[in-house]
Amino acid sequence: MQSAIAHAHETHGHDSHGDHAHHHDVSFIRKYVFSTDHKVIAKQFMLASLFFLFVGGLFALLIRWQLAYPGEAIPLIGNILPDTWVSDGAVTANFYTQLLTLHGTVMIFYVIIPLAVGMFGNFCIPLMIGTDDMALPRLNMYSFWLVPPAGLIMLTGFFFDSGTAAAGWTGYPPLGPSSGAGQTTWLISLFLIGFSSIMGATNYMATILNKRAKGLQMFQMPLTVWGLFITAILITLGTPVLAAAISMQLADQYLHTSFFMPDNLLVGAPDNSLVTGAFIQNGNQLLEHKQLLGGGGQPILWQHLFWFYSHPAVYIMILPGMGIVSDVLSTFARKPLYGYKAMIFAIMGIAFLGFIVWGHHMFQSGMNPLLGTTFMLSTIVIAVPSAIKIFNWLGTIWRGNIRFTAANMNALAFIATFIIGGLSGVFMASAPVDIYIHDTYFIVAHIHYVLFGGALFAIFSGIYYWFPKMYGKMLNESLGRKHFYWSFVFFNLTFYPMHLLGVGGHMRRIYNPYIYEFLQQYQPMNQFITIAAIILGFSQFILIFNILWSLKYGKPAPRNPWQANSLEWAAPAHPGHGNFDSDIRVYRGPYEFSHPDRESDFYPQWEEPQGVESHSHEAKEHSHSA
Amino acid sequence: MSSGLSLAHEPVTKVPHGKLAMWIFLASEIMFFTGFFGAFIVLRNSNLELFSHSAAELTKGLALLNTFILIGSSLTMALSILNLEKGNTGKFKLFLGLTILCGFGFLIVKTIEYSTKFNHHIFPWTNVFFSFYFLMTGFHAIHVIAGMIPMTYMFIKAFTKKGYNHPVKVETLGLYWHFVDLVWIFLFPVLYLIFPAH
Repeated sequence: MQSAIAHAHETHGHDSHGDHAHHHDVSFIRKYVFSTDHKVIAKQFMLASLFFLFVGGLFALLIRWQLAYPGEAIPLIGNILPDTWVSDGAVTANFYTQLLTLHGTVMIFYVIIPLAVGMFGNFCIPLMIGTDDMALPRLNMYSFWLVPPAGLIMLTGFFFDSGTAAAGWTGYPPLGPSSGAGQTTWLISLFLIGFSSIMGATNYMATILNKRAKGLQMFQMPLTVWGLFITAILITLGTPVLAAAISMQLADQYLHTSFFMPDNLLVGAPDNSLVTGAFIQNGNQLLEHKQLLGGGGQPILWQHLFWFYSHPAVYIMILPGMGIVSDVLSTFARKPLYGYKAMIFAIMGIAFLGFIVWGHHMFQSGMNPLLGTTFMLSTIVIAVPSAIKIFNWLGTIWRGNIRFTAANMNALAFIATFIIGGLSGVFMASAPVDIYIHDTYFIVAHIHYVLFGGALFAIFSGIYYWFPKMYGKMLNESLGRKHFYWSFVFFNLTFYPMHLLGVGGHMRRIYNPYIYEFLQQYQPMNQFITIAAIILGFSQFILIFNILWSLKYGKPAPRNPWQANSLEWAAPAHPGHGNFDSDIRVYRGPYEFSHPDRESDFYPQWEEPQGVESHSHEAKEHSHSA
Repeated sequence: MSSGLSLAHEPVTKVPHGKLAMWIFLASEIMFFTGFFGAFIVLRNSNLELFSHSAAELTKGLALLNTFILIGSSLTMALSILNLEKGNTGKFKLFLGLTILCGFGFLIVKTIEYSTKFNHHIFPWTNVFFSFYFLMTGFHAIHVIAGMIPMTYMFIKAFTKKGYNHPVKVETLGLYWHFVDLVWIFLFPVLYLIFPAH
């Protein structure tokens, strides 16, 4: 029965493909470069972010090489890199801190957020709510076209004599504002990509609120759309605060203000004169003037503003993934999502709590300990909605008819790694424990368990799941599984030992740990991690190869290859501009799997309900809807 | 509308897309200025003395004048929308033009204010109060300019043969313009008026 339906869909997919040739008169530039079609923009986000994934991955491997074999020449590329970066083929201390800074920044702002929000937001929202495009397609195009210039500005810093930003991805003052041009490009780049995020998020919210297909209630939307909707709220309210903080740090650098630079701070200027705070370049006259009036900034103020955005940012990165995983698990377990509304309220709860927990990044900043306690409590409360989600996912797959596709395996990996990342988060959330593990590799392990193990596996899952709709071709399942196994095994081999390093006292941003005797015993473990990381990095080429191979040789995708229920599968196999070839009307929620009254184990949202007398001919229903 | 399907139906919320997006964007804008106001509160509390006698150096008269100009411009903006909706294109052009004039008036007063400060050797780096003063009013002025650009475009379009007949777009811009006005309503007391009496 199912294969018959799939076949019926396939034929319809092909039939209707030709109907969508109405964009034939659009020029190449308008169609593929400055396109306003949400699907093309999604692909552009995918391309740009996958490029940055490999750039950020390369940075990570250079960092790992230094930690495993400090002072030894980098294999293959060590001797061709410029002298400002390496000496005798080994990464210099200065370049190492730049790599650390840019690895974090690139992976967060140019890989995970554009993939999770930019790519899936653009691709999934209009299709999953059954509409032709975003509410404001042109704004959508602008939001993508800020990304390449922002990314280039970010990378240009490496070619400055003074190097790029080296104050960590958090850019804390006084180090941040007192660094050179690299910090400036870093700040400008973040400002631009933040603006791009806000434009995108505004559009997502307007689209979801305004353009839902006929009959589609908010509480009938798939979890992916809900995740992206709440994410858009977080972006809209969080990102501008970072923009304000960035403007203040830029002013500290170039207008010599002192928002974040404390009074009477002595910084060694290049010409050996010791001057105050932000007045490095302007000399003594200003210094006197300032001391006369008194008053100075607070470095911790930056931390508050930065984390007010950047803590919600971790939910910006994970909530879309949670949505994707919910859809994938339900589809491949052939069961309704367990606790649909509870899942949505849990997302809302996480998002709300996400705004009132930022201080847990600052337990060691000298912040009032009483304030620390409130942040500790609010942080630990996040375990409640997170646990609701975990248990509901387990409830979803419990006794399901699980299909182990590449998409589903990545989704299952998401749950597994997110649990580990979540549990290590509890250690950090509790202030007394955090005092011990703060600024160690324990933190590094945690963030990679939630961002690589969590967000990135969810993104992989989404790529495997929606690739057929994106490109009209099926991805190769066997390559997909290989990519999954290699990634999953070496992900854990890379990041799990980092917990142990951290508890052993291994500092988070140290250039050469072995100058400390007590860390020398960890060199073998660091070497093990590095080898695992290299294999993990190269495993990602399987995904790239799979994408390229499948684009050329992949099986043509049927209209609804996974027998899923949500609206994107009502669209033609490779939808053109305008998405749908039939009017969409929604009759039910997105998770009607294994409905007891039906022969077929799924019941698409767009399928008209049948009267009691004619509940048999499934294929006929489908031809009606297509 | 691409292929004769009725996918692009009426907005579900009955609010046009652009207007809805503007409301959402304004929420974002509020948070942008909230970042500055929050930082202002923190640094003011650690430098009370400095903030109060620095604030005393600002020209309250000019700021008051600017307050009236901006509130006036919000009124003319609203009147221009009203007249466009009624089809009184003449009055629409008049009130839109007045709004643009008010924008220019505001910027001129701002320039006079800034140059007075510079003449008194007060710069953004003078102290942290003036850092806030220049950054917050500067960003506000940028918002005024950003509003005047589409406004001028609409104004010029209104004089072409086709005219300008998109009341919803003017209304959306009006929302933004009222927001810019509102930011000033907060900036004025916070920067110019609140300081402990000596």
